[in-house]
Amino acid sequence: MLEHAWVIPAITFTSFWLILFFGRRLPKGGSEIGILAVGSTLVLSCVMVAQWVGRAKTLAVGHGEEIEHIRGPVDNTVRWFTSGQFRVRVGTHVDGLTVVMLFTVALISFLVHVFSTNYMEGDRRFTHYFASLSLFTTGMYVLVTASTTLAALFGWELMGLCSFMLIGHWWEEKPNSNAALKAFFTTRTGDIGLLVGISILFWAAGGTFDIAKINQAALSGQISHTVLVVAACALLAAVIGKSAQFPLHTWLPDAMAGPTPVSALIHAATMVVAGVYLLARVYGVFWVGFHIPDGGFNFVAAVGATTIVIAAVLAFVQRDIKKVLAYSTISQLGYMVMALGVGAWTAAIFHLFTHAMFKALLFLGSGSVSHSVHSFDMVDDMGGLRKPMPKTFATFMVGSLALAGLFPLAGFWSKDEILLGAGENGYKVFMIVGLVGAFMTAMYMTRCVYLTFFGEYRGHGHPHESPLPILGPLYVLTVFSVGAGLLNAPFTHEWFGKLIENETFFHAGVATHDFSVPDALISTVVVLAAIGIGYLLFFQGKLPRGVTARQPLARVGYTFLANRYYLDHIYTGGVVGGISGPIARAAYWFNQNVLDGIVNGVAIVAKKFADWQYKYIDQGAIDGTVNGSGHGAEGLGGFFRTIQTGRVQQYGALLFGATALLALALVLTV
Amino acid sequence: MIAENIAFGVLAASAVLAALRLVTTKNVVHAALYLVVVLASVGANYILLAAEFVAVVQLLVYVGAIVVIFLFGVMLTRAQIGHESELDNDQRGIALVTALFLLGILSYVLIDFFQDDKLPELTGVSKATLQATRGTGAVGDAIFSTYLVPFEVVSVLLLAALVGAIVLARRD
Amino acid sequence: MLINQFLLLGAALFCIGVYGVLARKNGVLVLMSIELILNAVNINLLAFGAMHQGPAAITGQVFALFIITVAAAEVGVGLAIVLLIYRNRTSVDLSEVDLMKG
Repeated sequence: MLEHAWVIPAITFTSFWLILFFGRRLPKGGSEIGILAVGSTLVLSCVMVAQWVGRAKTLAVGHGEEIEHIRGPVDNTVRWFTSGQFRVRVGTHVDGLTVVMLFTVALISFLVHVFSTNYMEGDRRFTHYFASLSLFTTGMYVLVTASTTLAALFGWELMGLCSFMLIGHWWEEKPNSNAALKAFFTTRTGDIGLLVGISILFWAAGGTFDIAKINQAALSGQISHTVLVVAACALLAAVIGKSAQFPLHTWLPDAMAGPTPVSALIHAATMVVAGVYLLARVYGVFWVGFHIPDGGFNFVAAVGATTIVIAAVLAFVQRDIKKVLAYSTISQLGYMVMALGVGAWTAAIFHLFTHAMFKALLFLGSGSVSHSVHSFDMVDDMGGLRKPMPKTFATFMVGSLALAGLFPLAGFWSKDEILLGAGENGYKVFMIVGLVGAFMTAMYMTRCVYLTFFGEYRGHGHPHESPLPILGPLYVLTVFSVGAGLLNAPFTHEWFGKLIENETFFHAGVATHDFSVPDALISTVVVLAAIGIGYLLFFQGKLPRGVTARQPLARVGYTFLANRYYLDHIYTGGVVGGISGPIARAAYWFNQNVLDGIVNGVAIVAKKFADWQYKYIDQGAIDGTVNGSGHGAEGLGGFFRTIQTGRVQQYGALLFGATALLALALVLTV
Repeated sequence: MIAENIAFGVLAASAVLAALRLVTTKNVVHAALYLVVVLASVGANYILLAAEFVAVVQLLVYVGAIVVIFLFGVMLTRAQIGHESELDNDQRGIALVTALFLLGILSYVLIDFFQDDKLPELTGVSKATLQATRGTGAVGDAIFSTYLVPFEVVSVLLLAALVGAIVLARRD
Repeated sequence: MLINQFLLLGAALFCIGVYGVLARKNGVLVLMSIELILNAVNINLLAFGAMHQGPAAITGQVFALFIITVAAAEVGVGLAIVLLIYRNRTSVDLSEVDLMKG
């Protein structure tokens, strides 16, 4: 199966067409085809994981004494096309990272399919919804199995398209179609970087799109450092767009306009981590380009760290439960990018894996809640839901604690590993930022849980527990949210890390660190403190009421946050409209104050002169001449006016006739 | 040699005659059908010039696609299907004079300059050489190497035309 | 074969096309005549290409392909404009479109 990884995207791609053509005629509207297809890919990906684990360790990596044997990647490529000297190959490249990603995507996609059968029931575009889901899953499979940057680009764009279609699923409402457009354009802005980066690396690595060769060329010093920096910056732009990093993160909260299962699949677990995956895949370029092993400071880590804090702060002021989760996703993606920036490669992928589990759980949980109260507004329509929806409450609670990073749930292990890596690799500042982020994460999740499940019910109608198709996926994800972290714990001998660490990882010589109890204690204390303070603030109502009304500073801060740092204003008002606005205002001011003054002054002088001139020169000498020429011009104009009939064919006749005459003149003279 | 000339004669005659009918017919749908004849004859002429790929593209794009678009245009503008008296405007005379004048000058220049120049003989050339110098493969190589940038520009132009046509024609 | 026989065929088609563009009232027919003109140009390009040996032989074909593409784009936009005219004045009579009259 490892050689035939192409079967997996092929299955979902076939399913896309089948649903599109025959979905409407089937009793379940095509959802059965989608579930069958994704279910079979889930089985196949489990088979692949098993085969990978059983694969012999034959590939020798390392230098000198420290030679280690790892499982070699499985390549299977065919020639795609030849054009002159270019021979472009396409195919699959399967290693530990690939099989883990395949499993993650297949699992989440399968659960989302099951969840959607109930959640989307009766939707008018039910069939198209499932077709888009299949196509999206295909795109993600293509990306993670791609052996070349070109194939990766293909999957990348396919996902972008499906994301656009699914965000705008209910496009009849203007905000939804606007959100879809915004997501598409914002990610496209970053994708320009991807194209540039792929092109640069193609030439720099000696005319190849092969990712393994590019990594090798980058790490062996075959590509000059300047070129690598430019390529890495370009690729980072793509990562910033797709993985919603600061400053292009603004599309992700708006993308919540799509159906909730879509948010769980695309905007939490899979598509948004495509950027992180790309970073991890062509890690050699970033490793050398940004001097990641040197420690101290680098651009990738800075982008990630900024995103962690900025998004976490915004999560505090949201009323919409999905927006809280959206900002939380941005913040967690920041962790992954920061982890890659500080050289904690394994930790980043591990966090990607655990985050996919508990964030999908949280999103599906919020879907279950909104399915019951028909709203996403925590402040006005929720509260006290733990009683009518005990099962949703329990699973949501586990997800929240896993996200907060409480021992021994999944988030604890992966977040701790990132912080450890940052600390050990000489990125102390980023470790502290990570701790601050962890503190805020635990606190805003406390607020979110309080507003949703505790206190008095503030909505209308009678909330009820969701049916099994909705609860089933929640249970499965709960199991993973609890257990996934143990896969890479000290007492399982970092099984997960051993599984995914690939050729590039060893070739670069990425450092690995053993679990450290003091570090884990610090982060646990931080998380517990945050939950405690959050408990006091939100549950006990110790939050000073009306602080924004009394304290001007607090009010300014709140307004600043409520407007999302005014980034959207800057983008729409500043970048899009601003080129005309301020310039026009500046020009107006210049007009009013500078030019007018000059003009007025000149005018006064000129008037004096004109008075004199009028009397003697104008009335006498010039008028006669002017009147004469005026009459002349009018007559001439009247004559020429007759040619201007406004009929395009007469103009055409004149054009062709004149051209022919000119040609005649040319023939006669030459 | 003679066969080629006969073929050219037949094709040229049908192209010119159909073109003349195209600009004089009183029936819009007939005009579209005459256009098919012109385009097909011209496409066959391309084969005489050893440009088989362009000939096939001519058939696919023009006869297959553009004529269909024209028929759509005829249909959507609700032209009378059948005889219609008022298809010409009042400047037929001017148009005729201009066209004949152009034709005279063009013919004079062409005959004066090229005299009896012949196209190079391709009968003696080996098949492999022909393929390498003017075959379909050579066209593909040229498009994706020498003319890569114009090719991309043309593709962007098509995209712009697509968007432009939609924006122009949609109702809102 | 003479090169002139192709060039003269091109010239003839070109002039017929010019006549059609100038004398026809219906917008769709005008567009068809423009196609005649573009085809005449294509014949010229291919004839000139065939006249040469070496790389120039290919250049003629490549540019003929580009012209076919551009013609397709032109027809698309042109017909959209004709459609718009029809929608605004329920006629495609180009001699009635004289808003630019001076």
